[in-house]
Amino acid sequence: MPETKKYETVIGLEVHAQLLTKSKMFCSCPADYIQGSPNSVVCPVCLAMPGVLPVINRRAVEYVIMTGLALNSTISQDTQFHRKNYPYPDLVKGYQISQYDVPIAVGGWLTIDVDGEQKKVGITRVHLEEDVAKLQHIHDAQGESYSLVDVNRAGIPLMETVSEPDMRSPEEARQYLENLRAILQYLGVSTGNMEDGSFRCDANISIRPVNSTELFTRTEIKNMNSFRAVYRALEYEVERQIKVVEEGGRVVQETRGWVEERGVTVSQRTKESAHDYRYFSEPDLPPLSISREWVKEVKAGLPELPGARRDRFVAEYGLSLYDASLLITSKSTADFFENGLRAKDTKPVEVTTKAKAIANWMLGDMTGLLNASGVELGNARITPQGLREFTDLIEAGTINGPAAKAVFEEMFKSGKGAMIIAEEQGLTQISDAGLLDEAVAEVLQRNPQAVQDFLGGKETAVKFLVGQVMKETRGRANPAMISKILLENLGTELNG
Amino acid sequence: MLHWAYPFLDWYVIMTSPRLSQDEVQHIALIYRLGLSQEEIESLRHQLSDILENFQVLDQVDTSGVPPTGHSVALENVMREDVAAPPMSKEDTLANAPLREDNYFRVKAVLD
Repeated sequence: MPETKKYETVIGLEVHAQLLTKSKMFCSCPADYIQGSPNSVVCPVCLAMPGVLPVINRRAVEYVIMTGLALNSTISQDTQFHRKNYPYPDLVKGYQISQYDVPIAVGGWLTIDVDGEQKKVGITRVHLEEDVAKLQHIHDAQGESYSLVDVNRAGIPLMETVSEPDMRSPEEARQYLENLRAILQYLGVSTGNMEDGSFRCDANISIRPVNSTELFTRTEIKNMNSFRAVYRALEYEVERQIKVVEEGGRVVQETRGWVEERGVTVSQRTKESAHDYRYFSEPDLPPLSISREWVKEVKAGLPELPGARRDRFVAEYGLSLYDASLLITSKSTADFFENGLRAKDTKPVEVTTKAKAIANWMLGDMTGLLNASGVELGNARITPQGLREFTDLIEAGTINGPAAKAVFEEMFKSGKGAMIIAEEQGLTQISDAGLLDEAVAEVLQRNPQAVQDFLGGKETAVKFLVGQVMKETRGRANPAMISKILLENLGTELNG
Repeated sequence: MLHWAYPFLDWYVIMTSPRLSQDEVQHIALIYRLGLSQEEIESLRHQLSDILENFQVLDQVDTSGVPPTGHSVALENVMREDVAAPPMSKEDTLANAPLREDNYFRVKAVLD
């Protein structure tokens, strides 16, 4: 793609994350709506009945403060909510309560790795708003079109994080998104689940000639429901915009939707004048003053964040920066690793060996099996304790290399302990000297020619004999022990 | 009725001319998804302009020493603890639905 070099990509992301509060943003309805049947988690406030009064959920504000602090933002002292007006059936009130000129958190940054270097992506703002109702558009057999409204989602606290247009490739955007999600998961403020819509991303993207610092006309990409979709949509859009410009055209400022099945973005042209949100301060909610004491308190209670955890994995467990970075990307993966390592007492000198073994199996076979089966780590049968037991058995020589893969697959499938599987399937390594002595004696007796070759000075004959013992034990013998026993026996014959 | 005045106050600030044009009324109608006849537009143009003119009276008050505020009541930080309470029954929720299909509100198709 030589053409790509003429242009630089400019990407900014807007991420909406539902907050993990117990109740909704402005009323006491339970916020756990996903399991609920349509319109079962609704009250007069969600339904915008006349005379109702919204009241701010303190915890939702706190979650945004936490996020702002984790993103190095400044927490506003005086903030307030605004009404964003637009007529659409997903808004029962006719407006969405959001924030406008004074978001809770302003500025800040998040770091990503670009070619081994740390790069800061600027954060513009983090603000709080309410989610809207869910619509289903129906075209029935009679040719009638209508929509079905489920108000359950309306009023779920929604945190919007807006980045600066600082990302220069779809890969950088993917990293930003992964790191942001990791931060929200570590803070415990959002599930970060893109598939169920708890974590949603819109992208602003433009291209410009390399060395230009101007911002060119951008498009806004919506409807990307997975990390992979974001990456693919942005890649597609870069190519599309380059093609438009190369063919002498101009990129039009518009919203485009990602169509997963076709792998393309398509224009979702709307009447431009229809978007006039007429923001004004929400009269039902008094202004919000965030005291410095509150911010201090929240700051003191922040948990360990992904970056700090990665550095600790390197310093404390001797993992490579690369492995540590992979492990910390998702909190559940990092927890699994650390719980496995801590499942048994470990001598300080053994920590690195044990940690590396667990990390290798997690990042290798386990990731492969998780991806292939589509199972989330949280729902996997294999446990951190089980993995630790397994790597210990390999280290002790109870399970040897070729058998380990098979044992691991079975652990993943059935959740059984490694030792039980190895015994059931006869995969334990034979390190019992008595058993091996017998096998060696048997092999020596059956292969007098090889013994003679060895005694005649042909040292490679030993390899053949080791192979024969392995065959005799169906691959379960401890190879180092066989060599030792064989040489002892042959040595006796040589001397005798 | 104060709430209703707010959007118009916004408009008041935006408008340079106190008399609204037909296009401006049409724009407001589009925003509110109102279908207006020519006569209605003309009649509303005068009524809305009169309202804006009335608000102009407020412009004569010297507010140079008063900090801007979006609220009429001097309250601050009214918040609730994050405690969930049982929602309404589904039947109550859907009781006033003009059209209902299963447990959904049914509405006319609206294209953005």
